[in-house]
Amino acid sequence: MTATPAARPRSPATGYWTAFAVVVGLLIVAPLVLPPFWQRFATEILVWGLLAMSSDILIGYTGMVSFGHSAFFGLGMYGAAAALLTVKPPSLGLALLYGLVTAGAAAVFVAYFATRLRDIYFAISTLVFSQIFYVIIFTWTEVTGGENGLTFSQPRLTIPGLWSDRFTPVTFHWFVLAVVVLSYLLVRRITQSPFGMVLQSIRENEPRTRAIGYPVERYKIVAVMLSGLFAGLSGVLYALQNKFAAPDFVFFVVSGEVVIFNVMGGMGTLVGPFAGAAFFLLLREGLSRFLTEYYLIPLGIIFIIMIIFLPQGLLGFLRRRLNT
Amino acid sequence: MDQIIIQTLHGLVNGMVLAMVASGLTLIFGIMDIVNFAHGDLLMLGAFVGATVVGVTGNYWLALVVAAIVIAVLGALLQITTLRPLIGRDPLTTILATFGVSLVIQKYALWQWGPSVRRISEPVPGEFTLFHLQYPWYRVATAVLAGLILGGLWLFLKYGKYGIWIRATTQDRVMAQAMGIPVPLVYTAVFAIGSAMAAASGVLFGPFAGVTQTMGFDFTLRAFIVVVVGGMGNLGGSILASLFVSLLESYAAIVVSPAQAVIVSFVVLVLTMLFRPTGLFVPTPK
Repeated sequence: MTATPAARPRSPATGYWTAFAVVVGLLIVAPLVLPPFWQRFATEILVWGLLAMSSDILIGYTGMVSFGHSAFFGLGMYGAAAALLTVKPPSLGLALLYGLVTAGAAAVFVAYFATRLRDIYFAISTLVFSQIFYVIIFTWTEVTGGENGLTFSQPRLTIPGLWSDRFTPVTFHWFVLAVVVLSYLLVRRITQSPFGMVLQSIRENEPRTRAIGYPVERYKIVAVMLSGLFAGLSGVLYALQNKFAAPDFVFFVVSGEVVIFNVMGGMGTLVGPFAGAAFFLLLREGLSRFLTEYYLIPLGIIFIIMIIFLPQGLLGFLRRRLNT
Repeated sequence: MDQIIIQTLHGLVNGMVLAMVASGLTLIFGIMDIVNFAHGDLLMLGAFVGATVVGVTGNYWLALVVAAIVIAVLGALLQITTLRPLIGRDPLTTILATFGVSLVIQKYALWQWGPSVRRISEPVPGEFTLFHLQYPWYRVATAVLAGLILGGLWLFLKYGKYGIWIRATTQDRVMAQAMGIPVPLVYTAVFAIGSAMAAASGVLFGPFAGVTQTMGFDFTLRAFIVVVVGGMGNLGGSILASLFVSLLESYAAIVVSPAQAVIVSFVVLVLTMLFRPTGLFVPTPK
């Protein structure tokens, strides 16, 4: 992107923040007016959207396609499970902490190896690492519960010294919304910071970035780590919502869906992945009513058509606007 | 000691089948820069077509040919409809597109043939005794057949007119076009050949463990590993790499469970990408 802060026009920014406030406002009201099924659905879109957004840091901003985000997501789930099963009484803060630490550590490990590779080799190596985690989790039954996964009870929503209550679907939605909005603002800030600009310059021209003197590998490792942390965060949220951690979520299919969300919504926009997740999940919901598990046939075809004819995704045309 | 010999044989047989799978993938990658994520699913589809033909006619060899032809036609159609429009775009978009194709094929197979495991009956009866273990002949026959098919492919690429066209396109597609080679047609043909190889290896593998609609991903991943370890687009290298990886996995299976033995090949892949990204079995590039 060539936009510099000095050249930034005033009006799109206010338009952007108005739209932002409207969307957040709608999402706050959503659980109060929606029936229980759609309430849960809205929460799920936020969680998957957060995962997709974490992957957008790599796909859209650094130009690296990760096919291994399921590993970070799944390890976030298992991290949360570890905290909730071993520490009494179950604590929300510790679940978040454990999940983030597990996912972040895994991300650094993967990044150390994978960032030395480029393009499809990066994609394949992230895929392979996620499969390694999958095999370990799947076969290490004593610790991870193997195929059955782990189940646990939901912790209470506690703000230390102030308040403690059980989660209801509505408060859980608000909790997820708060986490997601904070993450979004944080990632947005990061991508607009000098650090984010370097990432984008890696996407545009890696050799030149290196020639200017930036340690490209180090930037990439940090980018993967950040991405892994937010993916882990969404994993924790998903685990909290469903009260279980299962190896299915470490499997490659989840990574594939994350990439689909990004492509459908628009890479490099941060909100695009949320739109993509919503679009995908709504389509899935609508199609699976008639087609049960075969919904992926039309959905896959729609996905292919979008790659060919709409490479920018649903929100790609807003890219300029969203990044100012 | 017995076990090591058995596992060696096992590894070689698996390696030959894997080499066939990988040869299709490496052909497609080397020539078209396409990482075909649907390769394993074409294999699975081929195996299902083969199983159906065996079920109707009872003739294994007919099934092998029919599956290869059907999937070759399908591959050509896929290339024309989904991959041709993507020529000239970032190679990553082809991963995404073929990933979409893989989803569709997998669910189609589920819809058409159901979730249960299909068995393809063994084409060659009988077993031979290796120490105190019975080893079925058909596995050896499969390995030999895979070797013959690979040899045929190699001869075709080396001496056949169209094989030379294909190699010319690999080396320099602009020059090939200038010399009058119909490059778009070559692309389609290569994708069809690669798909046919996948389908044939699916039918070959069918008697080993049965055919399920989820078998594709595993093969895609293994074929990737082999292709990267052997050097992208290098037929001989991927054959050697298939044998190497399969043998390692077989030996690892003595110590740990087969499910965990897969990790060995993952580690080989990562090490290869780190220390010798051009591939283990190719001469060092100058």
